Amino acid sequence: MTSPVGTSVTPSDPAPPVAGTLPAAGPAVLPLQSTAMSGISGDGFAVTSDGLTKRFRGGQVAVDHIALAVPHGAVYGFLGPNGSGKTTTIRMLLGLVRPTAGTNTLLGGRIPEDSQRVLPRVGALVEGPAFHPYLSGRDNLRRLDAADRMADPANCAERIAGALERVGLSAAAGKRFRNYSLGMRQRLGIAAALLQPRQLLILDEPTNGLDPQGTREVRSLVTDLAAGGVTVLLSTHLLSEVEQICTHVGVMHVGKLVAQSRLSDLRSQTAQRIRVHTTRPELAAASLTRLGLHDVIAEGAQTSGQSSGEVTALLGSADPEWVIAALVHDEVPVLAFGPVPVNLEDVFVTLTGEGFGVSG
Amino acid sequence: MSAAEALSQVPSDASAVDRQEFPPVRSRRMSTRFLRSELRLIYGRRRNIAGMAVLAVVPIIIAFAVRYSGSPRGGGGGGGEGGFIGQATNNGLFVGLAALTVELPLFLPLAVAVVAGDAVAGEANVGTLRYLLARPVQRTRLLAVKYLGVLIATITAVLLVAVVGVGFGLALFGAGPVTLLSGTQVSTAVGLWRLLLVCGYLVICLAAFGAMGLFVSTLTEQPIGATIAVVGLALLSQILDSVTQLSAIHPYLPTHYWLSFGDLLRDPISTDQIVPGIVSAVVYGAIFLAAAWARFGTKDITS
Repeated sequence: MTSPVGTSVTPSDPAPPVAGTLPAAGPAVLPLQSTAMSGISGDGFAVTSDGLTKRFRGGQVAVDHIALAVPHGAVYGFLGPNGSGKTTTIRMLLGLVRPTAGTNTLLGGRIPEDSQRVLPRVGALVEGPAFHPYLSGRDNLRRLDAADRMADPANCAERIAGALERVGLSAAAGKRFRNYSLGMRQRLGIAAALLQPRQLLILDEPTNGLDPQGTREVRSLVTDLAAGGVTVLLSTHLLSEVEQICTHVGVMHVGKLVAQSRLSDLRSQTAQRIRVHTTRPELAAASLTRLGLHDVIAEGAQTSGQSSGEVTALLGSADPEWVIAALVHDEVPVLAFGPVPVNLEDVFVTLTGEGFGVSG
Repeated sequence: MSAAEALSQVPSDASAVDRQEFPPVRSRRMSTRFLRSELRLIYGRRRNIAGMAVLAVVPIIIAFAVRYSGSPRGGGGGGGEGGFIGQATNNGLFVGLAALTVELPLFLPLAVAVVAGDAVAGEANVGTLRYLLARPVQRTRLLAVKYLGVLIATITAVLLVAVVGVGFGLALFGAGPVTLLSGTQVSTAVGLWRLLLVCGYLVICLAAFGAMGLFVSTLTEQPIGATIAVVGLALLSQILDSVTQLSAIHPYLPTHYWLSFGDLLRDPISTDQIVPGIVSAVVYGAIFLAAAWARFGTKDITS
């Protein structure tokens, strides 16, 4: 789903975000301070947090003053390497873990005070599926439904059948959970989140353990739900997942939310690079440098007497047509010319200063 | 507008989604659905069924041993509760009493501890605790349902031993006059009533013990650990209770009054030990339920 969400991420300040706290060379995305979002009421946002902090016994700060703002209707990619604090944040959002400091709201209700009122409208998958191993998939869902005071026992069977159908688990519904594959377990977890009509889904790594086909199915399911108006907070460490289905993104790094923005803003604010494919990379590099483009990188390849290569450079404020004209004027044999696709991975490496490994 | 309709509407502009009205929270009528689900979980586990089979087998062994050994008064000791086995030949009711007596030090507490230790720690161990709480289930409600489950399992365990004992006892020895510990003879009906009182008293004692188990269960994610810890407590209490030099603390031990149920088989019933026994159980139960609530109510669920 690519349709933009009409709500700005910064309701108090609709002006374009400005780079501030981020590394100078980094893309311009929202700088975040814990104060930036204070003053947000839960209204207009499906999820907010203000100064949300968790310090575990022993002093380790797992989550450090984060200010989430997930607009209604968004598919919010909550991105970060393993160990960056995503799951602890999600546990705090749901009231499972008490924050050391800060507050958060779901669907306008404060957690944990309003949990009983708002959580029935929230479906959650937290740190992988968990069910009783000796019960069947269907019996596990029945158990969860029985615990839900808001669930109507009269249509329990239909709702369970519907949820199982939706995740493609109908055939295995009678099998014991113990005998489920990882992918089937994940599907059952999603089915549990869909037992009731939801306004908000909080899905922690929903495609974990799924095969490519299952991953596609889950992504299309999330897209369908979002199209129906459900807000989705999707935690993941997979950039591709964010690129494919998310409208918004928040990036966690060592307990801090280092960026939060619309995905399209993040892309458009990323410094554009151009790429020249040529048989004379050294000529092209010299020409681009003369033009005043920065960060010119030439990658040549000598193969059987024929040399060809690629030169990339930051476009900056230059006009691409003008760059092509200059290259031709400098008699650079241009085989191809175009923009370098914005690579989110580079963006995030810039933001987090490292790749997507495990945070310390 | 029903929730399904609300969800199926595709908004032209996502910002229009924001305050779609969901149906108001259904009126919170009392429902036993969660409790029934809990009981299905307890009674559906093969481990628990096997445990109940062990509880039930003891009175059967006693009944057949007495019936076919030919010397009913040979073993088991003379007076007091041990004498129940000897009395079995007079009236089958005593098989039930004898079985309760021999199972009280270990088997019955073990049965209660398995269910109580599993109550919260078991859900934490498989990870279902977080999903129950996020459903949402109020923490107090979860504890209440869990403790009710423990209570019902306790009643089941005690009644199972008594009923199987009485059943096999009556089948093998028939019903005769019941000689109470004070020497008075009463009818089988009165004897059954007294046995029911004994069961009630033991349920109260073991329910307090179950509260201890529930508390320990909130401390750990290892159900077996909780069970072992709380059974260990029961055994330790019985050991301390047998050291005469420690008689000063005996009245405060949680298991001290358990065997006083024999007083319910006197005529008239002696309440010297029964009343403090009930008070002790209620106090222990209240303390540990409060502790479980205080602990679980604010606990970070990281399992």
